[in-house]
Amino acid sequence: MNDEPLIRWDWIARNWDNGGPSAIKTLLESHVAMALLPVVFGLLVALPLGVACARWRWLYQPTAGLMNVIYSLPSLVLFSIFLSVTGLTQTTVIIPLTFFTLAVLIPAVVDGLGAVPDHVRQSAVAMGFRPLRRLLQVELPVAVPVVLGGLRVATVSSISLVSVGALIGQGGLGNLFIDGWQRQFYTPIVVGIVLIAALAVLSDGLLVFAQWLLTPWSRARRGTA
Amino acid sequence: MNWLIDFFGNADNWSGPDGIPVRILEHLEFSAAAFLIAAVIAVPLGLLIGHTGRGAFLVVVSANTARALPTLGLLVLVVLLIGVGTVLPVLIPLIVLAIPPILVNTYEGVRGIDADLRDAAYGMGLRGHQVLFQVLTPSALPLILLGLRLSAIQVVSTATVAAFVGLGGLGRFIIDGLATKAYSDVIGGAVLIALLALAVQLGFTLLNRAVVSPGVRQVR
Amino acid sequence: MITFEDVTKRYPDGTVAVDHLSLQAPTGAITVLVGPSGCGKTTSLRMINRMIDATSGRILLDDQDVRAIDPPTLRRGIGYVIQQAGLFPHRKIVDNVATVPYLLGWDKKKARARAMELLELVGLDAKLANRYPFQLSGGQQQRVGVARALAADPPVLLMDEPFSAVDPIVRASLQDELLALQSELNKTIVFVTHDIDEAIKLGDVVAVLRVGGHLAQMAAPATLLSEPADDFVREFLGRDRGIRRLSFVPAKGVRLGPLPDDLVVDADGRPLGWRSDGGLLPYGTFNPERDSLRAALDAALLSPNGAAIAADGDGRAVGVVTRDALDDVLIRYAEKSLEHEPEPGERVAADDHGRAEP
Repeated sequence: MNDEPLIRWDWIARNWDNGGPSAIKTLLESHVAMALLPVVFGLLVALPLGVACARWRWLYQPTAGLMNVIYSLPSLVLFSIFLSVTGLTQTTVIIPLTFFTLAVLIPAVVDGLGAVPDHVRQSAVAMGFRPLRRLLQVELPVAVPVVLGGLRVATVSSISLVSVGALIGQGGLGNLFIDGWQRQFYTPIVVGIVLIAALAVLSDGLLVFAQWLLTPWSRARRGTA
Repeated sequence: MNWLIDFFGNADNWSGPDGIPVRILEHLEFSAAAFLIAAVIAVPLGLLIGHTGRGAFLVVVSANTARALPTLGLLVLVVLLIGVGTVLPVLIPLIVLAIPPILVNTYEGVRGIDADLRDAAYGMGLRGHQVLFQVLTPSALPLILLGLRLSAIQVVSTATVAAFVGLGGLGRFIIDGLATKAYSDVIGGAVLIALLALAVQLGFTLLNRAVVSPGVRQVR
Repeated sequence: MITFEDVTKRYPDGTVAVDHLSLQAPTGAITVLVGPSGCGKTTSLRMINRMIDATSGRILLDDQDVRAIDPPTLRRGIGYVIQQAGLFPHRKIVDNVATVPYLLGWDKKKARARAMELLELVGLDAKLANRYPFQLSGGQQQRVGVARALAADPPVLLMDEPFSAVDPIVRASLQDELLALQSELNKTIVFVTHDIDEAIKLGDVVAVLRVGGHLAQMAAPATLLSEPADDFVREFLGRDRGIRRLSFVPAKGVRLGPLPDDLVVDADGRPLGWRSDGGLLPYGTFNPERDSLRAALDAALLSPNGAAIAADGDGRAVGVVTRDALDDVLIRYAEKSLEHEPEPGERVAADDHGRAEP
């Protein structure tokens, strides 16, 4: 309890780009990197793994079980465990977040491929598509909306979870929370929350736009209906 | 591995007000309180919104907001604003973050039920509350339980982070260990919390077996 | 008896689903409401059990206005069967069937016993009672839907396109079973369909509705086929009205000739085919005791020599109807139909088609 206002604009102005490692701009950049790298890695791994799980169904149950277990672990727990391997570095945050992304994306890829109507698959086979080509030109495009849905969840969660990394000194904008807590000073906390939420909303919007670009057929359908 | 032996092998860690048993109990106590309060609020609200269709935007907004807001920031801000020292200020963000998963899944569960099923239920002569409790709720139960499970996991996780703002529980081992560079405490605490999270997961799997009708059980 | 008195349903957006509809569904008979989509047939049906309330006009159940009865109470006294069956997924089949008895506060044991009775009545194995709906085929689910509607023995049954989601073969057998059930139970049934063949097969009375909720014609099926009220009804009935009318004429009157030498039969007297140089030729049979003239004609068309084989209930050949004999009957029928229409009671319940073999 103190008389401190929620926002001190002059503090923001002074610290936006103060040249030091705690400048808001610097934190924002490292936050974006630590949040998005796991999503990119996760997507690169989840696509082939998801396709494999959809192709060989027996793989899916154990994979999904494992992902469920990983997803249930608190981020701070995973950070702490990786601390013993990778130390107080950004990698310690990026690896667990990659696992979280996988836990969301693998089921999304499998569900997306499962959502391809059987008659679509059959007609692709009947027209002479070989498996790889069918996957790339027919099944994955049809699965795009579901996969992107998963990607949106993974991206937004990743952006907000990075801040927990501040507890091991690698939290991007999350470092502002530690700073504010230690000095009983609201402004950095509010700035952190607002920037993180804004980043989340912005990325979500970009992904919605990407879906709009990637699935012209759903646009046309909506237009005529 | 040595760190784990150091942590679990140290007799001092098993007794006293900051020993492992006390910390586990604390963690369970806060988590259970926050989870139960959230469930009491969110399940009826989700059922009601799903059944009547009114207020659906509330569900969507709460789900998106909860995902985008950083837990740590919220905890720090709320505790600073309300006051340090008591449990209540920490409990509030815990509850608030536990509500959306339950709300969303309960709502989706009820809303996703086939229109024909609803139609048949009314057509048989069930009254509104009978349709809700005898038909819609049992059919939506797999999703309601999924929501409760996600929420419980969220609470265990948030309670861990909340050690930073002074809450007891297993998170203390991690936070205090990090502050004093006692990494055996950090790893030991992390393993304990992981086990707790897995126990919660297992508990819900068993609950699912026990209370969901085989007619609506889903693979999930 | 269900009476519609000048019933109109107008939605808030101005669309009129049912427009000043007046009709009566007689007690103990099947009344079919048929018409293209948007003709208000389902709306009309759902106004009877107040799933929808009429904007104006009255619907009387016997002599009571349905609006005077609390909807759940009203609905518990009316059986309701819908297209996708709408079984409760979380309840076992036996408990699904016992839904209304439970609601009426029956003792659990009595309700289950009644449910088992009904499962047998609709031709389902008692073993299915403890399964869940997802473990049943579409046709089986639909049978459970009918059993559930009958559970509390309501005098009235509303059926909203109950058989349109199952394949044609299952549909035909469900239709036959409904007719068999009805001959035993004599419920007052209102049945909605968009399939005119189903309407003609099942209905004692058929009401044809046109888009916008107007009643185009209401009559017994045979009358509908011989005297369509206007071009809409004529078009809706389709092109082969003449042939379909023969479904309502029993084949009993046709003259049977002796079995000719070139008909090959097996040891039990069942036909095998017509003898020819190249082997046996195909044939068609009909049952003169049960089938219609349409079945007899169909059987004749299936044989290369134009003769239909009359067979008894066990499939043994009892005689042959030559093309000439059939012509005589058809001409006589055509002349007679100018004088009077067959009564609905003369309807032949069995299937319309001759059985084709080899």
